Amino acid sequence: MRLQLSPELEAFREEMRTFFTTQVPQEIRDKVAAHRHLSKDEYVAAQRALNAAGLAVPHWPVEWGGKDWTPLQRHIWREEMQLANVPEPLAFNASMIGPVLAAFGNQEQKERFLAKTANLDIWWCQGFSEPDAGSDLASLRTTAVRDGDDWVVNGQKTWTTLGQYADWIFCLVRTDPTAEKKQRGISLLVFPMDTPGVTLRPIELIDGGFEVNEVFFEDVRVPAENLVGEENRGWDYAKFLLGNERVGIARVGATKRLIAQAKEYAQEISEGGRPLLENPRMAARVAELENELLALELTALRVVANSADGKPHPASSVLKLRGSELQQAAMELVVDIAGPLSVSSFAEEGSDVPDWARVATPSYLNYRKVSIYGGSNEVQRTIIAGTILGL
Amino acid sequence: MDFNFDSEQNDLREAVRGLLERAYGDSEVRRKLVANDPGFDEKTWSRLAEMGLLGLPFAEEHGGMGAGPVEVAIVAEEMGRVIAPEPFIEAVVLAGGLIAAVGTDEQKGELLGALAEGTTIPAFAHAETGTRWVPTASAVTATQAGDGWTLSGTKEPVPNGARADVLVVSAALAGDGGTGLFLVQGDASGLTRTGYRTHDGGRAANVRFESTPAVALGAGGDQTAAIERALAEARIAYSHESIGAMDTALRTTAEYLKTRKQFGVTLNRFQALTFRAADMYVSLELARSTALWASMVQDAGGDVVSAADRARLQTSRAGRHIGKEAIQLHGGIGVTAEYKVGHYTSRLTAIDHLLGDGDWAADRLAAGVAAHETVDPLGAPYTG
Repeated sequence: MRLQLSPELEAFREEMRTFFTTQVPQEIRDKVAAHRHLSKDEYVAAQRALNAAGLAVPHWPVEWGGKDWTPLQRHIWREEMQLANVPEPLAFNASMIGPVLAAFGNQEQKERFLAKTANLDIWWCQGFSEPDAGSDLASLRTTAVRDGDDWVVNGQKTWTTLGQYADWIFCLVRTDPTAEKKQRGISLLVFPMDTPGVTLRPIELIDGGFEVNEVFFEDVRVPAENLVGEENRGWDYAKFLLGNERVGIARVGATKRLIAQAKEYAQEISEGGRPLLENPRMAARVAELENELLALELTALRVVANSADGKPHPASSVLKLRGSELQQAAMELVVDIAGPLSVSSFAEEGSDVPDWARVATPSYLNYRKVSIYGGSNEVQRTIIAGTILGL
Repeated sequence: MDFNFDSEQNDLREAVRGLLERAYGDSEVRRKLVANDPGFDEKTWSRLAEMGLLGLPFAEEHGGMGAGPVEVAIVAEEMGRVIAPEPFIEAVVLAGGLIAAVGTDEQKGELLGALAEGTTIPAFAHAETGTRWVPTASAVTATQAGDGWTLSGTKEPVPNGARADVLVVSAALAGDGGTGLFLVQGDASGLTRTGYRTHDGGRAANVRFESTPAVALGAGGDQTAAIERALAEARIAYSHESIGAMDTALRTTAEYLKTRKQFGVTLNRFQALTFRAADMYVSLELARSTALWASMVQDAGGDVVSAADRARLQTSRAGRHIGKEAIQLHGGIGVTAEYKVGHYTSRLTAIDHLLGDGDWAADRLAAGVAAHETVDPLGAPYTG
């Protein structure tokens, strides 16, 4: 039991902090701080700045650009990145398909994809969910049928985040419809988004933004060499991938930054002749939220310390569940601080409403997603009840 | 940052758990025991002394073990796991902690040695009926009388106040001199103690002082800061006791859901119930992290008062959540005295109100929200 970071880790933390606050373009970090959507070029520029310093994919195997860091170092890396408003390396590349290819891909696939995936030369998107396969992902119906040297893919995916920017898709497809367990007949294919037969339809979200899409496949021919790992083992790879997705999903650093911003905003708005932050009810709400976040951060550190064998700690479900709730609570706090200014979402020049108040409500509405994606909070409760409590 | 216990700490936990399991593994034993005064088992108290636990945090030169806050946390959690009624936190952490913090060498040698041996039990007489959760005294006043002092006024509720052999008493000093600390022997003249049962099976007392002779603890003068600190350390210890209690409440509930049948199936077939159990687990683990961290802050010499408020807030919310749900998920059996889970809720409720509840802690933290940009648990030492 020891509170302090070792001098080495303290120096590491300082190194990360310095890098993130000086080497990633300020205008990109300002945009993240302002909760504005980034352009594709901005995502790419930020990730390449990280990758040039070897900081885009530290959790990958060393031979493919990883750092052989301890889990605590990775935690610090991620937290400092979020605190500095640096956009994280694209999850689909860095946390999802990259580690899967590194673990289950063949040598040719690794050489073909991994360096470009780390540098965001290839932008990946995820083809997992379907209209009838959300939380029940294993009931997916998109099929791939072998025809000579190709797989022929037909079906539909949905919730494909930032698919409009994507070069390639990694896609769960049903290759054995006769398998006794529905999990057993699924394979993982990768293919370019400009393959004939692939069409993409953007879905507008309640914040007015476009970040998710439907993707349709009509007789899409995918070369057999684009199968990742073994045929009909795709479910195992998906579980591996989603386990990685849950790590870092607590987003403590980002919520911490948001609460700090909320306090600044609550100093700017005055109520009854004094700053809103001095309203006892507001101050207590902030204090509770800060304390909940502290508890989450400490739990993340505990989980990090106990997951050295590479397997996700069972309590990582707590991180997803509570992390999403606190992101939402912090954004809700900002909306409430904005008060009547929170309706001015699409104000442009000529409005006196500060930028943070304009984006508050769209962000709050958009953030409803965080308790749904990555395994909904109800799925997390099912995991906790089943695997931890044995219910 | 390291959340792992070392092997000696694991051995300590195992030894304490073994002792307490033998004493209270059968919850009916505790139930029968707390029906009679003094509300705990003097034999178990002696065994705790033999194991060195009653001198755990004190210096070896004063008869203690010289252990740190993490070891205290381990013992407190194990006490909570079986809701052992022995006044470990009240006597060792709180009253003993004050003696260790401000007592003279002579007082420390005499009182802490006897406490560690199990022959003297001190209690801290601090609460007054007109105020709550302050580090100061007002209803009991101290008057200088020759070389000594006399105390007048009433303290209540004083946990374990009737059984205690010696009282550490907080009292207002004349002329706004702050709050002093005094020692009063159990057989002192002008001391009237009326003990009673508390809802959780413990004991508390109304303690009246009528020109009762007292000795200043330590050098005398205003001891408000020392009281604030000792209360904070006790809050952290109570946080750990409550973690132990919550852990048992949750495990007992989960076991019940797996065995109790209604509508022809076991209760764990109902998602309405299993989801609530999952939420209890979330509350418990978040509270556990915060309590452990507070002990590490104490160990590292950080801002123990602020850390204790944070632990108090988190464990208060968790304790209420888990305590109430544990009963509800059991159904009617949970409200009966024959079944153990309700006693855990009762104890959690007592812990929640002895030294400050969650709203109280939140208010204190709220007063400081503008003073920091973010809360940084890794910054060493934690400065609130």
